Amino acid sequence: MNDWLPILTLLSSVVTACIIFFIPDSMPRLRTFVNLAGAIAKLGLVALMLRGVAAGEIYEMRFPLAPGLELLLRADALCLLFLTLSAFLWLLTTIYAIAYFGDQQNQSRFFGFFSLCVAATTGVALAGTLITFFIFYEMLTLSTWPLVTHKGDRHSIAAGRKYLAYTLGGSALLLVGMVWLESMVGPVEFALHAPPLGPDRTVLRIIFVLLIGGLGVKAALIPLHGWLPAAMIAPAPVSALLHAVAVVKAGAFGIVRIVYDVFGFALVQDLGASLPLAAVASATIIYGSLRALYQSDIKRRLAFSTVSQVSYIVLGAALAGPEATVGGLVHLVHQGLMKITLFFCAGALETRMGVTRIDQLGGTGRAMPLTMCAFSIAAIGMIGIPPIAGFVSKWQLGTGGLEAGQPWVIFVLAISSLLNAAYLLPPMYHAWFGPPVTTAAPDRERVPMLIWPALATACAALLAGLFAGADFSPLGWAQLIVEREHGG
Amino acid sequence: MAEAALALAIALPLLASVLSLPLGRRAPHLLWPVVPGALAIAAVIAERVRNDGEVLHLLGGWPAPLGIVLRADGLAAAFLGLGAVVASGTGLFAVRYFAADEGSRRSFSFWPLFFGIWAAANGTFVGRDTFNLYVALELLTICAVAMVALEGRTANVAAGMRYLLYALLASLSYLIGVALLYGAYGTLDMAQLAAKVRPTPASHAAAAMVSVGLFAKTALFPFHAWLPPAHGGAPAPASALLSAIVVKASFYVLLRLWFDVMPPLATPQVTMLFGLLGTMAVLAGSLLALRQEELKQVVAYSTVAQTGYLFLVFPLAGAANEVQPWAASAWTGAVFQGLSHGLAKAAMFLAAGALILSAGSGRIDALAGLGRAAPVASFAFGLSAVSLMGLPPSGGFLAKYLMLTASLAGGRWWWGLVLVAGGLLTAAYFFRPLSRLMMERDEAAPAARRVHWSLEWIPLVLALCAVGLGLASIEPFRLAQVGSPVAAETGLQ
Repeated sequence: MNDWLPILTLLSSVVTACIIFFIPDSMPRLRTFVNLAGAIAKLGLVALMLRGVAAGEIYEMRFPLAPGLELLLRADALCLLFLTLSAFLWLLTTIYAIAYFGDQQNQSRFFGFFSLCVAATTGVALAGTLITFFIFYEMLTLSTWPLVTHKGDRHSIAAGRKYLAYTLGGSALLLVGMVWLESMVGPVEFALHAPPLGPDRTVLRIIFVLLIGGLGVKAALIPLHGWLPAAMIAPAPVSALLHAVAVVKAGAFGIVRIVYDVFGFALVQDLGASLPLAAVASATIIYGSLRALYQSDIKRRLAFSTVSQVSYIVLGAALAGPEATVGGLVHLVHQGLMKITLFFCAGALETRMGVTRIDQLGGTGRAMPLTMCAFSIAAIGMIGIPPIAGFVSKWQLGTGGLEAGQPWVIFVLAISSLLNAAYLLPPMYHAWFGPPVTTAAPDRERVPMLIWPALATACAALLAGLFAGADFSPLGWAQLIVEREHGG
Repeated sequence: MAEAALALAIALPLLASVLSLPLGRRAPHLLWPVVPGALAIAAVIAERVRNDGEVLHLLGGWPAPLGIVLRADGLAAAFLGLGAVVASGTGLFAVRYFAADEGSRRSFSFWPLFFGIWAAANGTFVGRDTFNLYVALELLTICAVAMVALEGRTANVAAGMRYLLYALLASLSYLIGVALLYGAYGTLDMAQLAAKVRPTPASHAAAAMVSVGLFAKTALFPFHAWLPPAHGGAPAPASALLSAIVVKASFYVLLRLWFDVMPPLATPQVTMLFGLLGTMAVLAGSLLALRQEELKQVVAYSTVAQTGYLFLVFPLAGAANEVQPWAASAWTGAVFQGLSHGLAKAAMFLAAGALILSAGSGRIDALAGLGRAAPVASFAFGLSAVSLMGLPPSGGFLAKYLMLTASLAGGRWWWGLVLVAGGLLTAAYFFRPLSRLMMERDEAAPAARRVHWSLEWIPLVLALCAVGLGLASIEPFRLAQVGSPVAAETGLQ
């Protein structure tokens, strides 16, 4: 029974998707029920696995595709870090999306692909071999495309084209890297702690670059990030999904897997690849923040902020040493919680007040106080002010950098924090102290399902920071992962 | 029982073809016995091949070279299965597709041709005699040409004539090759030929003539010009059958001849040439597909491109006298490519037929809004596109993965580059129809029609088969290995 847990978790979203596709648009209540039932069932299954894995168990399920080619679903500690995040945020995003769309058309298609997207993310998290990872990674690309182009106008189609061009190009690199590696060392299983030996080092370097390049598209490493700001045309729940639950996270998670579980840290360092990777990540951190400064559209500013923030995860993976690793891993969760809050708020502002630009934010603090509270908590967290989650990530990364003998990381973090403050404080200032741009009506926050998810994730970010020392906090879990990896 | 099934695989559709002439309007009723029958026959043969390795049937008990020998190995069983699934789906689709113009010429003439193609394709798959293969290919071609002209408009007749011209010259070339082989070795039976063939000038000339003929029938670059107008202009069920089965049959013969009968002739130069032609087909077909305005033309050019992949098996697997490392992987990859392209392309042509019926126009731009009006057909179209792009999880992906492994592991990365570039080009040319499906319908455009549910669901089932081939792949994989001419030990282990 236990070994069925991974596949059941996967099926919880797949089945939800399949049912939703066939619910006519005229039956929104049934669709909402199925949606929420699927999300809650999944959260329950994940909780079950979480308890088991904390106690040291590992759930595994194998399924042969061709001789020597296996689909392997495995729930280990690292997997659950990502899985729990996506399951939790899926539930909230679903609730939010139901309120966001109201009674618009084409919703069954939307929620069907939405569930499929989360199913693919689940697969990415659970993947135990490189090929399994690739299969779900591509499923994610495909199921996200209809969401990006959901509005069906010319701009959405153009954004969708850009998205596909980048991601399919990336997947071609990833495929070549994967097949090349597997053709030399056989099927690659994660976390065997056996770095691929045999092939000569130049070839390994090329393969490493191909794999990271392929994954870097989704993780939005420069110069592969162009699709992400373009995809901002999509509805707010999709942005939340792209930025926090699924897509960029899948890329960052993949890079972590490649560095730790395919090559192994020692080999990456040995190949001389860790410093360049750290440099690219740092450049992305600074560049994303700089670009964010110049965006007047709220969602575009947040998008460039994601470009910057996701690279913290990559930076953590690239730096040697347990502290930095913990910092990168924990940021996977923290960034998700904070960024989804910001997008929830941006979407609420857009639908309830028609506000899309920074200079329109004046007076929103009074008109939508709960929303702007959540926004402020998340923004302060992003900047890295204690006690909110973002601070913990940055602290860990900084000490990790020192431990790894790379003190320059501190400067990168400091500059980035300053820039974060520079692009996130003005919107907050406008919202709370700026002159009202639109006249406030009293019922702006009347739709609770649109407002409460943001508050919930903001609280989660706050709690993750406050109780970072607890065993079950994201930080505690990240430390558990690193202990297990390093302890063998 | 399985031995008799080999003969029945040809006899059953052939009988149906003959019966459908007097039955006329009631010919579709023949599907009720033929569809389950053909599927059962294919299953019996596949099961038997998997257990015993090979099924052999001597018609009338006469051994070669006097009698007609029918033989099925893994490859034949796999293609028989493909034929049964695709033809069943196409046939059931055609019932409703032609229902609108009942009694018209095209709905009347479709059925004898349909069953005729089915019988001829099966004959090609189980035939083991170069002359019998000629007869089967000829029957196939004649039925196919007639199907192309079925719509009866000037353009269709012109396309049919062009196809006929290519096909007749191709047949002539093939026949001359077979005659040369007979002159040199005194037999037409493939097994006997295989034992005798030596790399003499006469053999090379024969191989060249045979191959050129089969290239033209497979629409390999530069003999591809007939295919897009022919496949693009035929009624949807006809296009599905033509792209999924008919071009596969001649490729299948090519595979048989080069790997089973005349491997000693397959020098590196020859396999390299085949690979280059395949590469050109992938590039030319894709680039031309990018420029089409009509939906079915895109799908038809895609067939040209996808057929190109198949020819990479020659340099990647080599033939017996220069077996390549990882040859088995390339071989199985090519078989998977043949099967998954057959399923996905049939699904796509049928889905396109349903979409065009719904939109009332064949132009890509007219597809806007159909995502809502015909969601199932749209989804089927998208799903088959995924398989054709070679994205997971699908049969197309597994095919690409296997062939890519063979190319990179064998150190011939340039063929892998073709595969990867081809996949990206496929995504590029399917992007326009797919994005139109996501768009809202123009206010000015006429409202989309609802089509019968079977016209939407049959393509979806076929598309799901193409995707399923990538998931439930272990049994097809084993089947493809049975009797494979390249040693499986060197394969994917």
